[in-house]
Formats: sequence, C-alpha cells, structure tokens
Amino acid sequence: MADPILTLSGVKTNIAQYHILQGVDLDVPRGQVTMLLGRNGVGKTTTLRSVIGLWRAHEGTILFDGEDITRRPTPAIARMGIGFVPEDMGIFSDLTVEENMTLAAVSGPVDSARLDWLFSVFPPLKTFWKGYAGTLSGGQKQMLCIARAMIEERKLYLIDEPTKGLAPAIISTMARALRELKAQGASILLVEQNFAVARALGDGAAVMDDGRIIWAGAMRELATDKDLQERLMGLSLEAS
Amino acid sequence: MLTKLLSGDTPRSPVLAVLLIGILVCLALAPFLFPGVRSVDTAARICIFIVLVASYDLMLGYGGIVSFAHTMFFGIGAYGVALACTHLGRGFDALLVGSVAGALVAATLAFVIGLFSLRVRAIFFAMITLAVASAVAVLVSQLSAITGGEDGLNYRIPRELTPAFKFADGQILGARLNGKLLNYYLIFGSTLLIFLLLLRIVHSPFGRVLQAIRENDFRAEAIGYRVVYYRVAVTCISAAAAALAGSLYAIWLRYVGPDTTLSLEIMIDVLLMVVIGGMGTMYGAVIGATIFVLAQNYLQALMSVASDALTGLPVLPELISADRWLLWLGVLFILSVYFFPTGIVGRLRQRRR
Amino acid sequence: MTSSPDHLPTMARSSLSDRLAPYGPILILVLLVVFGFLAIPSMSSWLTLTVSGLAMGMMIFIMASGLTLVFGLMDVINFGHGAFVSVGAFVGVSFLLLLQHMTGAPSLLLNLTALLVAIIGAMLATGIMGWAFERVIVKPVYGAHLKQILVTMGGLIVVEQLIIVLWGPEEIYITRPEALKGAITFAGAALEKYRLVAVGIGLVIFLLMRWILRHTKIGLIVRAGVENGEMVEALGYRLRLVFVGVFMAGSALAGLGGVLWGLYQEVITAHMGNEVMILIFIVVIIGGLGSVEGCFIGALLVGLLQNYVAFLEPKVALISNIGLMVAILMWRPMGMIPVVKAK
Repeated sequence: MADPILTLSGVKTNIAQYHILQGVDLDVPRGQVTMLLGRNGVGKTTTLRSVIGLWRAHEGTILFDGEDITRRPTPAIARMGIGFVPEDMGIFSDLTVEENMTLAAVSGPVDSARLDWLFSVFPPLKTFWKGYAGTLSGGQKQMLCIARAMIEERKLYLIDEPTKGLAPAIISTMARALRELKAQGASILLVEQNFAVARALGDGAAVMDDGRIIWAGAMRELATDKDLQERLMGLSLEAS
Repeated sequence: MLTKLLSGDTPRSPVLAVLLIGILVCLALAPFLFPGVRSVDTAARICIFIVLVASYDLMLGYGGIVSFAHTMFFGIGAYGVALACTHLGRGFDALLVGSVAGALVAATLAFVIGLFSLRVRAIFFAMITLAVASAVAVLVSQLSAITGGEDGLNYRIPRELTPAFKFADGQILGARLNGKLLNYYLIFGSTLLIFLLLLRIVHSPFGRVLQAIRENDFRAEAIGYRVVYYRVAVTCISAAAAALAGSLYAIWLRYVGPDTTLSLEIMIDVLLMVVIGGMGTMYGAVIGATIFVLAQNYLQALMSVASDALTGLPVLPELISADRWLLWLGVLFILSVYFFPTGIVGRLRQRRR
Repeated sequence: MTSSPDHLPTMARSSLSDRLAPYGPILILVLLVVFGFLAIPSMSSWLTLTVSGLAMGMMIFIMASGLTLVFGLMDVINFGHGAFVSVGAFVGVSFLLLLQHMTGAPSLLLNLTALLVAIIGAMLATGIMGWAFERVIVKPVYGAHLKQILVTMGGLIVVEQLIIVLWGPEEIYITRPEALKGAITFAGAALEKYRLVAVGIGLVIFLLMRWILRHTKIGLIVRAGVENGEMVEALGYRLRLVFVGVFMAGSALAGLGGVLWGLYQEVITAHMGNEVMILIFIVVIIGGLGSVEGCFIGALLVGLLQNYVAFLEPKVALISNIGLMVAILMWRPMGMIPVVKAK
C-alpha cells in the first residue's frame, strides 16, 4: 500500500521504569484488517494505547492519515476518526446501554439508520437498551463495547482482543460485525489471540515479540506456513 | 557508638550535622546559655514540639498517612497529666499515671479510628480524623465539669519541679538552681529519649515495611504484608508519642486548656514544621520545630514593627501585621509542598550528592 | 443470537435483603424520620425539627455535592472546599448589606431580588475563585493524595486569612430579609419561613443536578468519567475541561451554600467554612465518595439526626454524627452508595 492509514516508526514507550515498546515499526493499510499477533506481554496492548495516546510514546513518530499525532492529546486523536476498544472493554456500567451509545456518538445525536444496523448485528443491545450496562453478561458487554466504537463511522478501529473469553456463538457474531465493518471500507488494527479468528478476518498480519515487530506480511502467508508460525510465536497456532 | 545511638541514620550532610549538633548543644545548655524565663520557655517549647513533630513525621513521612487528629492525641496526653494531678494529688506518681494513661487512651483511640478508616482508603483517615478531632475539641470545652471547659485546668505538680524549690543557692551562669531547671531537664531528657526511640522505630524492620507501603501499598500487600495492620500500628505508636509530648507540655506549663493543646491552629503549626523540616527524615522534625518556634516567638514581633512602619498605606500594613502571621505561613506551606517536598533536610542531603 | 435457556432464571428467588439493598439508604432515611416521630413526644415539635433537619441537610448537600463530584471525577480531594463556603458567605452578605433598603422593605419581591443578587454575586465570585484555585493549587498535584491534602489545606488557611484582611477579624451579624423572618404555623407546628425556603432551594438544586447528570451529554460525560475517565478521553471528550467546569460549579455551589448557611446562622466568620467542612466530610464519607445521590441522602441523614438528637439529648448531639458515620461504615465500608471505579 502506498499510503497507509497509520504508520508507526521507531515508537518507544515506557511505563514507569519499564521499556515496553522498544522501537515499533508498523504500517496499517487503508481498508484492510491488520492483525497484531504475539504472545502475552510483548507490547500489543501498549502499541494500541500508544496510538490513542493513553500512554505516551517518548520516542518515534505515529502518523495517522498523514498527520503526526505522537504528541496530541487523546481526545484530539480520537476525534480525528479513531475508534478504540480497550482490552478491559471500558464500558460504563453505571450508565444504561442507551447512554453508553449516546456518549459514544461524539459528534452529535445517534444516527438511527446506523443504530438499526448495529441492532441487527448485535440484537441483545436492542433488548437491553434501557438496562444498565453493568447488568449485561460478558459477551453482551463486549458487543456493547464494539458497537460503541462503531456508532459513528471512523477511519480506523483499534480493537484489543474482542473475543477474549467469549463463547463460540458470540465470537462468530463478533467476526460478522467486523467483516461488515470492513465491507464499509474501514481500516482495522486488531489484537487477537484466537488464531482461527485472526486467519478468517485478517488481510495482513504483524507479529510482535519483546516490544518490536518481528514479522509483517500477508495473513495468507503466515496462515499457510507452519514453520514460520513456529519460529515467530514459538508454537504452531493451529491445532493439528 | 554514636552511629548506633542514631540507629545508623547519620545526618549525611555536613551542614545538617553542624545544625543538629548546634541545636542539641543549645537545648542541652539552654538555661545557662540563654538565662531568662522567656528563652528557657522557648527552649522547652522547642523540645516538646520536636517530640510532637517527630511523632507526626512517623505517621506522615514514613506511613504516608495524613492525620488531623494529632493535636487531639497531644491534648489527651496533656489532659491526662492535668486530670491525674488534680485528682491524685501532688506527686510524681500522678505525673506517671497521667502520662501512661494518656498514651494508652491516645493509642486506643488511634486504633479505633484507624480500624474504621484505614481499611478502606488512606484518605478517609484524613477526613475522619478532622471530624473526630473537632468533635473532641468541642466536647472538651463543653464538659466543663471535668475539663474546666474553655478556662482549662490549673493544677499543682511536684514541688521539686517548680521554681519554689531551690536545691542549691546562687546561680551558675545566670541560671537559678531551682525546680524549674530540673523541670527543664526532665523535658529535655524525655525529648532526647523519645526522639532516639522514634529514630530506632523508623530504622527497624517495621519502619522499612512502612516505607515500602508508602511507596507502593499495592505491591507491599502483594508480597504478603498486611498493609492495614502496619498502618494502624504506626498511627497507634505515633498517637502514643504525641500524647507523651502533651504530657511533657502539661508538666512544663502547669496548665492545660483547649487553645494550648487542642486547637486546629497547633495542628497546622505541626504540619508546617514537618513540611518545612522535611517529611520522612526525622531530623526534619528537629530543624522544623526549632526554626518554627523561634520564628513564632521572634519573627512575629518583627512583623508588627514592619507593619507599624507602614501605617498609612492601604492594605499593606494589614497584610504584614503580626495577626496575619498565619497567612504567610499558609503561603510558605504551599510553596514548600510544591518546591521543597523534601524540606530543609532533604535539600541539604541532596546538595551533598 | 444463541437460543435462551429454557429454565427460568432463579433471580425471582433472591432474598428480601438482596432486593432491598439498593433502597437501603432511603430506607434508613425513612426509619430515621419514623424514629424521630416515635421518640419525640409532641407531633408539632417533631414537624418543626424535621423541617429544620431537612433545611440543614439541604444546605449541607449544596455545599458537599461539588466536593464529592470533584473527587469522583479526578480523584482529587479538596480540603480547601470550605474556603468557598466562607467566601460565598462574605460576598453574599456584603451584597445583602449593600442592598439593605431592599432586604429591609416588607416586600417579598424586593427581598427575594436582593437575595437572588447576593446569591448570584456569591456564586460568580466563588466560581471564578474555584477556577483560580484549581489552576494554582490543585493542578500541580494531580494524582498525589498526600500533597493534595496538604496543599489544599494550605489554600484554605490562605483564603481564610485573606478574608480577615479584606473584611476584618470580627464576625458579621446579619438579619434575614424582612419577608423571610418569622415562622408560619402548620398543624400546630411553627415552621421558620427561611428554613422552608432553604429546603426549596436545596430540592431545586438536587433535582436540577440530577436532571443534568441524567439527561445532558455533559452529565453523561461526568457520570462516565467518574467510572472510567480514560475511556471518556478515548471517546474524544476533553475530560480536563469538564473537570475544571465541575470544579467551578462545585465551588459556586459551595458559595451558594455559604450564603444560605450564613443567613441560617445569622452570623458569619472567616472560619465558618472550616467548621461546616467537618459536616461536609462526614456527609461525603457516609454517602460514598463520588456519589451525588449518596451525598444527598447522607446530608439529610446528618441534618435530621443532628436536630432530633439535639432536642432529645443536647450533649450527645455533638458526637451523634460521628456515631452515624461509624455505624454506616460498619455496614458499608465504602459509604452508602459506593462508586464503581474501573481501576
């Protein structure tokens, strides 16, 4: 891709005295789903949080849509068109589902056509529309969290492990939602541990280890090459 | 030997060492170096505040707990002695009973308050102590049958500690050899003893755990220390030491009243002394209390002189009149928390590095 | 969607205490009023005490609400909050003294206009002061509780002293506007007019605040920010601006509370903020730090209990609130309505 939506070059992020990111170089192409893979604790979450500015990259640059966002405050970055789904989901449990969604529509009232589409993808949201988000089940919370990011059209979605701990039926709902989102032309950077999901959804993939990107390329290539998987992630990702 | 006496915590800065030795010598020889009722009184106040401030530093600087009830504990010690002297009659046994009872009551109260607030959040403690301390202050002034109310209590202490008792004729370097001199040395000796004891505590394993908790209570809990237990324990020790300081104050003044022992103003003075001297250093208490008490006694006079000189100008004389002493202390306090969070002692030690 | 399980959820069988738990705080309030009714021999004194308890509670709520929200939103504990109460009272009373011809006239309209001017003046002054206080005193110590407590306490001392510099060290006695003096008789009970007005203002403020929190976007941001400020920022809202706004609004409310409290006591001193601060702390602790509803119920509890006990056993009144706090913390260590925190 000639013009990626997001480019990280040489990004280093420290948390307290720990160097978590040690120079991340990553391109996220437009209109594609890019999978960020790797073992636990190698810096995937930190990469996403550095992009949205919740943790500050102290070195390197982050370009979004051609603009340098490395030093911008988080709300400004978000308003440029980035939807963020954190690992802990970050739903507001003291707010109703409706209020969660209203709040997520940053630029104005909720678009009813888009909301209808989200209801069709995530039916429980309609059922529990007036209920408190804290009373939802884990899968429903995750749906709310992703729907919240999707309530307005964004250029890029940063999604951290949307399928963690979910039942297979709900995982397929998630996958469908992401596929529909991609069909609308959005770019997605997705952290995923479930390789089956990653393989089904991903166009490109980047593998992290020890705070760096150690491999980047087409998902197809990674999915078919067992040796490569073994080498990058220390184990075959596919149950044989 | 000396290092051991100081529990291995040497001043670690030549300037600080000189200052501390200077203060020690001046306080030890105060009645002879600065004869006169007022200056000996100032020296005694410095001693008592060193104990009070050091005990507060134990809680604030080492435990990371803010309390606004420290003057309450101070007052409990003072009233303990006062009540014992009133009801048990004149004698050293009354002083002892009063001091011990005061310390025990203070520690128990600290235990109860700590149990209620510290198990939830350390900041609850600050708010709850403020509420409890003010309730106690009101209670003391209301229950006048027991406490003498606003007027406070006057009582008699053993004759050996009063100016009326002369153990030798004549003077040495202008100091009268009477009971007041003995009283001063009782205060000075107790101060030295309690201070060294507190120094011992902060350098014991218990003190190290406290500091670990202050740095990161979550981690301390994770490696197996019951944070609540340590925090409650330190407030109890601190409260008991504050009560002892109150007892000394009561012995020295032969009077207690709400204003001299329980007022929020003293609490603010103590806060200032800790912060200016240096939180979490112990020696900061010595420096802070000395500077503060001296300034309180002599700078206020200077302020009123300056204020008189500026009469006629608008607002300005009001601003620097001696009554506005607290205003400038407040400003100084905020500035020191921002810019010198480690206080004078921290600064001196830093410079050496 | 997966098909729903065919057995019924067992929720219907949850115990009575579980189902009552969310209403616990309100239940306590009702119980307290009933207790007062049973303990106080005459119906009319009970009514008088209840109204004055409610009035006191409402005023404390107005003063405390800002403090609890500021804490909830940014984890900032402001020990200098009482300074706004004092400044509000002094500014408001100065206006009332200037408008003496209006407050002294036996016309309700003129009286209320003067009161309104005083309140607006006080709220403007304390709102602006809140902005300055946040910038100068609070902002540099975000995230450090210990320093916050120390520095805001220092701020309180400085403001108190400045009040003395500007208004003098003497307490100022004030009389209430003409039309708000005296009492009306209802069911044999004498109800002070001013207290009824205070109850009215308090109720209006509470309902307004509740409406803003539930039905405006700002309100949603504040409620969401109390739970998870990071996520609010990641959605694109500048939480810091909202926080400054809440801080100013909270300060202005404290100023309003100061005017009301001053007229209630009919005397103001530079230390009055410091004194009510103790009640305010008790209220926010028993209510649950960060919870506006908890603060409201807590304030009413404190107001009612203080008035009932003062009537029944004057000496105990001083420590009745401490007793209440201990009892509530034994029941719910985080306060009546604990606030969920994401982290």
